[in-house]
Amino acid sequence: MPYALVFLPLISSIICYFGKSLGNLFSQILSSSLVFISAVISIFIFFDGITNNNYGNYLIFEWISSGDFKANWSINIDPLSSVMLVVVTSVSAVVHIYSIGYMSHDPHKPRFMSYLSLFTFAMLMLVVSDNFLQLFFGWEGVGLCSYLLIGFWYKKESANNAAIKAFIVNRIGDFGLAIGIFLIFYFFNTINFDEVFSVIPENKDKIIEFLGFEINLITLICFSLFIGAMGKSAQFLLHTWLPDAMEGPTPVSALIHAATMVTAGVFLVVKCSPIYEYSTTALNIVAIIGMITAIFAASVALVQNDIKKIIAYSTCSQLGYMFFATGVGAYHVAMFHLFTHAFFKALLFLGAGSVIHALNNEQDIRNMGGVWKKIPYTFILFLIGTLALTGFPFLSGFYSKDAIIEFAFLKNSSIGNYAAAVGIITAFLTSIYSWRLLFKTFFGKYNGSLTKDKIHESPLVMIVPLIILASGAIFAGYFFKDIFIGHNTNFWKNSIFFLNQLDHYTIPLWLLVLTPIIVVMAIPVAYYYFLKNTEIIKNLKGTNLPLYNFLLNKWYIDELYDFIFVKPTKRIGNLLWKKGDIGIIDRFGPDGISKVVKYISNKSTKLQSGYIYDYAFVMLIGLSLLITYFILK
Amino acid sequence: MMNFPILSLIIFLPLLGSFFVFFSRSKNDIGAIYISILTTFVNLLLCIFLWWSFENNFQGFQFVEEKNWISGYIKFKLGIDGISILFIVLTALIAPICVISCINSVKVRLKEFLIAILVLETFMIGVFCSLDLVIFYLFFEAGLIPMFLIIGIWGGPRRVYSAYKFFLFTLLGSVLMLVAIISIYTLTGTTDLLQIYEIKIPKEYQNILWLAFFSSFAVKMPMWPVHTWLPDAHVEAPTAGSVILAAILLKMAGYGFLRFSVGMFPFGSEFFTPLVYSLSVIAIIYTSLVALMQNDMKKLIAYSSVAHMGYVTLGIFTFTKQGIEGSMFQMISHGIISAALFLCVGVLYDRMHSREIKSYGGVVNYLPKFSLIFIIFTLASLGLPGTSGFIGEFLVLVGAFTKNYLVALLATIGVVLGAAYMLWLAKKVIFGQITNDKVKKLSDVNKSELVLLSILAIITITLGFYPNLILDTVDISVNNLIYNYENEIAQKISNLE
Repeated sequence: MPYALVFLPLISSIICYFGKSLGNLFSQILSSSLVFISAVISIFIFFDGITNNNYGNYLIFEWISSGDFKANWSINIDPLSSVMLVVVTSVSAVVHIYSIGYMSHDPHKPRFMSYLSLFTFAMLMLVVSDNFLQLFFGWEGVGLCSYLLIGFWYKKESANNAAIKAFIVNRIGDFGLAIGIFLIFYFFNTINFDEVFSVIPENKDKIIEFLGFEINLITLICFSLFIGAMGKSAQFLLHTWLPDAMEGPTPVSALIHAATMVTAGVFLVVKCSPIYEYSTTALNIVAIIGMITAIFAASVALVQNDIKKIIAYSTCSQLGYMFFATGVGAYHVAMFHLFTHAFFKALLFLGAGSVIHALNNEQDIRNMGGVWKKIPYTFILFLIGTLALTGFPFLSGFYSKDAIIEFAFLKNSSIGNYAAAVGIITAFLTSIYSWRLLFKTFFGKYNGSLTKDKIHESPLVMIVPLIILASGAIFAGYFFKDIFIGHNTNFWKNSIFFLNQLDHYTIPLWLLVLTPIIVVMAIPVAYYYFLKNTEIIKNLKGTNLPLYNFLLNKWYIDELYDFIFVKPTKRIGNLLWKKGDIGIIDRFGPDGISKVVKYISNKSTKLQSGYIYDYAFVMLIGLSLLITYFILK
Repeated sequence: MMNFPILSLIIFLPLLGSFFVFFSRSKNDIGAIYISILTTFVNLLLCIFLWWSFENNFQGFQFVEEKNWISGYIKFKLGIDGISILFIVLTALIAPICVISCINSVKVRLKEFLIAILVLETFMIGVFCSLDLVIFYLFFEAGLIPMFLIIGIWGGPRRVYSAYKFFLFTLLGSVLMLVAIISIYTLTGTTDLLQIYEIKIPKEYQNILWLAFFSSFAVKMPMWPVHTWLPDAHVEAPTAGSVILAAILLKMAGYGFLRFSVGMFPFGSEFFTPLVYSLSVIAIIYTSLVALMQNDMKKLIAYSSVAHMGYVTLGIFTFTKQGIEGSMFQMISHGIISAALFLCVGVLYDRMHSREIKSYGGVVNYLPKFSLIFIIFTLASLGLPGTSGFIGEFLVLVGAFTKNYLVALLATIGVVLGAAYMLWLAKKVIFGQITNDKVKKLSDVNKSELVLLSILAIITITLGFYPNLILDTVDISVNNLIYNYENEIAQKISNLE
């Protein structure tokens, strides 16, 4: 059964791509149903694991064997991967179905479905891997699908650029991941997860010299792997590709850039918890990067005007939460947030897609407003997503986000306290920008150019997937909190490693109620500023223009990279070509030599003038030189 | 072991075919085409049969043939091991592809072109089979002549310049190799490779001899800074010429490093390892940066070839299992991928008569099948896991990391740059707006092109998922190579003590 789970999406992808002649409807139904079967199987495996402890490793075949460097294609089911399986396949199935409606006007439906299925396959290969190399395969595979899907509308220049940017920034992350794998193989002579994890404790104090620094081996490995995670999960410094990736069709944003692929980095860190636990330094780095990302992305999201970009920055920020959760050692809480986040963020994206669909591809929230009566279902579902995201009491986000803040606080270290503080501030910012988005989109005056009767509610095939996700967004937190993060949970078994047993102090009451109160308080605040009295915001913009521009331009990080990396690289490339290859190597190499040869032979032909007196003159000179030589000697 | 001289057969069958082509008289060279296809195809089957009957677990050389040539001095000695068999199969695979691809694209003197390709095949297979230095040298150098003609006669506007550049560069290096071979003969009294392995060349001569061989192989590889002939040669060569050049001729140098440099001069190889590392890393980064700025498709792919060959030299001189197997894999994989990429460029060139990246854009709208294939090879070239390009690069880097992590780190940067220039190429040619109206009139790949490219694509992906097909074959030979090398080095150290 695990084989079917993994390979059904691949089969779907191949049939859809090469079976274009079978028709659009066929490919849509086929791929949706195959992925749906996959989802059913993975839900079954998930519960089978909980009740019957039924986990295992299923070999496909040996992939590579070169000396000690060995890797298998295999399917490894453990509690951690079973959670990821559920997230990936269920969101994927929902998105497949939703795409039938969303892409109804697109001429390339089979290709789209094929890419979606291929992505699902690559993501599954990533999460079920039992070694670092297969993980790397899935890692780059999802990167490829992301590239293909961002650039799906290949006629758009901006889409192409965004696709390339996504791939290359991810490659920079992969660079780190690859270095991590090299380090692991060099020191431990294996790349199998279990074998690596078993030798970590005896190497925990190993110091190596790297680039002139004395550094702890475990820290270095963790740091390299984390660079990979930063790239894939769009963490601060390597986040620039994610907002641009919104050029892709909205279902892609929901599946890849919200629920699944971008969480692969979190998955990697959690999976490698047996390594990370032995390096406090690495965990602190993870926590700090997570905190910076959380607050940075939330601050940028405050002022953006593109509906999808706001949600993209929100994703960035929520991923930051997950990372600082792992950074304070609360891996299971990070996974819980990953799990709930997948539902409500996919819901928000698909809801945004539904809005965009209704408003004839309008994405700028300044051109929206007051449409909630026209698209009531979308509005209600979007509202549920917003509530869940902000952590409104008793919805999914409430349980997972508050758990992160609480665990950070309980850590009782300075980094933990900072993390808790950042968590609370970011929760407030999240609430503000989410409600700003909601109010500007659905309430107030309509500012768009469409006539009112053209605005239409989305078809049922798009609404039903939203309802499925919405029920997840409402109930997933409540139902699964005991399994994932309950005090006595035995769910994770060996798949997550805690060096020190977690203490369960009672959480102070003020902390328990602080975040929900802040979050709920933010609603009227946002209502007042963004809907009731917009003048205040305008004035604020006017008086703080530099700050506003700083946020609007995303802290100018893209411009900075362009200045530091992109332009110099091009300049150096040109210099090496024009000056290096042509100017030096060719000029002094083949061209130079042939010129010299030509020059000398030209000169030497002149010596043979054919006139007797020339020769006699040369002889005379030679003779006199010889005589001089002999006399002087 | 079979007594039938199968190696001689696969070497000289194409030569025999070329005689028939020469004497064939028919309208539009139909006869010549059929004879060439038949010969190369039969040869491919023979080589596959050879691979099939090859014993993976056999120590030493198989199918050895020995005949006196210049009696008492030089023997015509052939034999193969796990390293050479793969190159032979690769050559035999590329040859029919070249023959079929040139039928449509070569408009003048088709018959002579086919003869050149067949003769070249003989020489190339000969290089990989010979176990005698003189025989090796003869095949190695003779290969220059048909290639020189292919570029010089059927090339583009600057063909004469490029052909001479190619010829002079490679000849210059080879002359030193000839001198080295002669001095090896005076030192050991033989040119038989297996005997030289036994006798062992005195330590004090190894460095200078290594350099002489290196000068030849470095040019052929090509390594930085003697790589500048390659872009010119590729740009001017006709499609089939580029394919052979990239797929096979460059690999002769890598093969030479493994068989001769490392095999005969372990001390020299060890001594010059830092040099090779530096040149390889420079090649990888330098040419990747240059490739980023190219406007000509063929030049871009040519520069990327130099970068990919940088991984090969890097891997060989790690003297680790992963490094050398990675290099082997990288050579085979690059042979297939670069051949396919040049064929793809050829497909476009035949229709548009332009290699400028700027004149394309939006090709996917009118050539969907072609675009799919092009993207597959683009991804393979940038080393995406699941394609053969990944395995080679990754193994080389794994091997390099165990020897010198700084070198490996720098070489890994090439992987990022590789993605940048290949994706940029794909974006400009395949995707985007249609800027040139001529693109709208293009027709998609025809059946023969589709079949050829699909076969190569299937091989690339198969090797990506099941690389043991190659790794199993080279396993024993690489083990022996490393064992001999380390043995020698260990002896040197114990002598010092």
